[in-house]
Amino acid sequence: MRIELIKRPQQSALFSAVSPLLALALTVVAGFIIFSALGKPPIEALYIYFIEPLSETWQLHELAIKAAPLIMIAVGLSVCYRSNNWNIGAEGQFIIGGIAGSLIPILMPGFQNFLTLPLMLLFGFIGGAAMGAIPALLKTRFNTNEILTSLMLVYVAQLLLDWLARGVFRDPNGNNFPGSIRFPSAARLPEIIPSQGSAHLGIVLAIVAAVIVWVMMKYLLRGFEVKVLGGSPRAGRFAGFSSSKMVFFAFILSGGLAGLAGISEVSGAIGQLRETISPGYGFAAIIVAFLGRLNPLGAIAAGFVLALTYLGGEGAQMSLGISDKVARVFQGLLLFFVLGCDTLIHYRIRLVFGDPVKASR
Amino acid sequence: MQSATEGTPLLKTVGLTKVFGEVKACNAIDLSIAPGEIHALLGENGAGKSTLVKMMFGVLDPSEGEILWKGEPVRIGSPGEARRLGIGMVFQHFSLFEALTAAENIALVLEEKTPISKIADTARKLSVEYGLPLDPHAMVGDLSVGERQRIEIIRCLLQKPDLIILDEPTSVLTPQEANKMFETLERLKAEGKSILYISHRLDEVKRLCDTATVLRHGQVVGHCVPRDETSSSLANMMVGSDVETVKREGAAPVFGKPLIEIRNLERPPATPFSIPLRGIDLTVRAGEIVGIAGVAGNGQGEFFEAVSGEATQKRADIVSLNGQDCGDKGISGRRLLGVGFAPEERLGHGAVPSLPLSENMLLSRHQTDRRSMLGPFGFVKNAAVRSAAKRVIGEMDVRKTAEDPEAAALSGGNLQKYLIGRELDRQPAVMIVDQPTWGVDAGAAARIRKALIALARSGSAVLVISQDLDELFEISDSIAVMHDGRLSEPVPIAEATYEKIGLLMGGAEPGHMAFAGVKEEAGA
Repeated sequence: MRIELIKRPQQSALFSAVSPLLALALTVVAGFIIFSALGKPPIEALYIYFIEPLSETWQLHELAIKAAPLIMIAVGLSVCYRSNNWNIGAEGQFIIGGIAGSLIPILMPGFQNFLTLPLMLLFGFIGGAAMGAIPALLKTRFNTNEILTSLMLVYVAQLLLDWLARGVFRDPNGNNFPGSIRFPSAARLPEIIPSQGSAHLGIVLAIVAAVIVWVMMKYLLRGFEVKVLGGSPRAGRFAGFSSSKMVFFAFILSGGLAGLAGISEVSGAIGQLRETISPGYGFAAIIVAFLGRLNPLGAIAAGFVLALTYLGGEGAQMSLGISDKVARVFQGLLLFFVLGCDTLIHYRIRLVFGDPVKASR
Repeated sequence: MQSATEGTPLLKTVGLTKVFGEVKACNAIDLSIAPGEIHALLGENGAGKSTLVKMMFGVLDPSEGEILWKGEPVRIGSPGEARRLGIGMVFQHFSLFEALTAAENIALVLEEKTPISKIADTARKLSVEYGLPLDPHAMVGDLSVGERQRIEIIRCLLQKPDLIILDEPTSVLTPQEANKMFETLERLKAEGKSILYISHRLDEVKRLCDTATVLRHGQVVGHCVPRDETSSSLANMMVGSDVETVKREGAAPVFGKPLIEIRNLERPPATPFSIPLRGIDLTVRAGEIVGIAGVAGNGQGEFFEAVSGEATQKRADIVSLNGQDCGDKGISGRRLLGVGFAPEERLGHGAVPSLPLSENMLLSRHQTDRRSMLGPFGFVKNAAVRSAAKRVIGEMDVRKTAEDPEAAALSGGNLQKYLIGRELDRQPAVMIVDQPTWGVDAGAAARIRKALIALARSGSAVLVISQDLDELFEISDSIAVMHDGRLSEPVPIAEATYEKIGLLMGGAEPGHMAFAGVKEEAGA
């Protein structure tokens, strides 16, 4: 018996839409089996993992805080990857965005008015975009591999932040702890519903960015250009599109959004520039982009799902005494099932039993 | 051994069927190939020829039916098994790795481990023997379609198969080279090998093949002896109706002002393996069709890129299209002057394989039809794009299976009709086409050629780059030949003969001894 994958002539729009949900359901089933095998009550464990982190309002706010940077970064990355440019350095662009936006409250603490926050966000975007432009320049000028250069620049950014937070930007009244001054309220991204929890406007910004980029990809010539150059560079050249301009566009957009996520995190969730500002959002967002199937709207759902696996992992460790590595297992399962569902949406399985013709040698 | 195979066909298929989804690509095909015969497989694109030979070669698994090899039923599970049985194949869509050299590609399919250098030597020797010049160390990605096919042919011959399946082997050769190729095939036949020969060139089939099987819509519609048939009777069998033969008007048309002017176009090689263009001059006037003949890989691809603006020139006056100097303009700028382009490769150059036909409409027209297809901020007006696609599909009789299928889902002929129609739909003043009917069935080819002639008659200048001499003789007003990056003077169609053009394709310059000899003959 053999298994053949046969390409479907047209994909089901319905199943394309529900594929992530299907994958989530399959992940829950797999989780049931895993928890049973571990000797834990599976229903309770699943409850702790997937439901409990969502049961109280303040927890939903925590979820939104974790999801915001993941979504914002993944939206940019999905465009970048669609155009066949591989930006792996969103973590670094996130950090540089955080630093660039923080320049305003740190260097000009007296500048506090309605312009402070918009300027910080703008600086954050520009900082991330400039950081993203470096691998783009290297790729177009010297034909370097952008995967390597963007990844290596992450370490540059991390060390720069570490040096700034411990050195020149350190709060003189901070008892020698690393970290800048606490930002004044004019430089803080406001909380959405302060009475209920601590989620800040970052999640709103992320969703707005996702919708705008989705419109661009679906309805604008620019989105078409991304798809064409990503799918078939030679056809892109025939269409009169410039692939080197596209490299810059992809890196500046994804770097800029990562930078915006960075300054949102600093001015929203943290409130000061610290020596580390990201628990690896820039890397986790790569998974989010692929879970969202490189669709900006898909990234919204995927961002929440990934944020949930983090919270659930923490919960499982505290309540069940399971290693929080189980979060990684669930992330892996989820990725597996999403990719599996996508494959089955594009292909049909055919089982070939026996041989139509008898073999003879 | 000889007595065992006496009377039994070398290969026989009984009720061979392949179903894709609901479509029967091959429906109960019975076919038998005797030892030492050249058997033709004829049929329009989409008739099921490729599917049939893929089953014989182990690429596809038959849904029903069986294959008998030397009288015994066999199951051919993979190309490797096919090769072990003694079946070799040269694909129409080449199965080569672009990032490897010719010799490495050959080494990949050989069973025993042989050093690359030895393979390269053998390949070089074979290539000289069979008149298919080849640099074994050239990177496949840098080679033209014709050169890639040579690798496939040599790779196949290296394995000394009993049955050789050839899918349109001569379409990229000069007549002289094709003749050499036929000699090779005759020699292989004399050695007792069988050949399954797929071609759209009916004259070739008549000349070369002993028997023929004709397919239409996945079914066998007839077996015949091609020598006893006429080209048009064969074509009728294939198409199922009378093929319109393309005829140019008897009277020589009057040409207008020059619409394509190329002045001393030079282009250094873009990659180590590409051909530099050397001092190309060319003028095409309104109402005129100029054909550019030449063996694949003599700079046609580079020339197309330079004229289309995919590669721009340093000075504007080197290329002038529709009366305006535009050497410094890119392809979009040249399109805006009223120029249409159709490149050689359909998938991946003229169209994005994974995008639907409607979005592929936008590919070449997002600037020229900016007003109708785009709104503010570059919003794509899908309704306008779709209706343009629909118009072209109707106009060019593009046959498709879905409402708006991906470009990759169309057969070669139908996609090409769409891509040519996409440009003609704009009524371009200048049309530049590379290989308009490469791998396209007779019906679609006639349709495309007719459309190009009609465009020229309506006052446009048409430049056709083709390796198909029959085609050029059919539609051109004059033919120039590209050899080693140089372009000959155009030969008016009244003075052009196959021998003359063939010699130019081989590199003979006017005034050269051999050329002069033919000229005298032609004059006499």
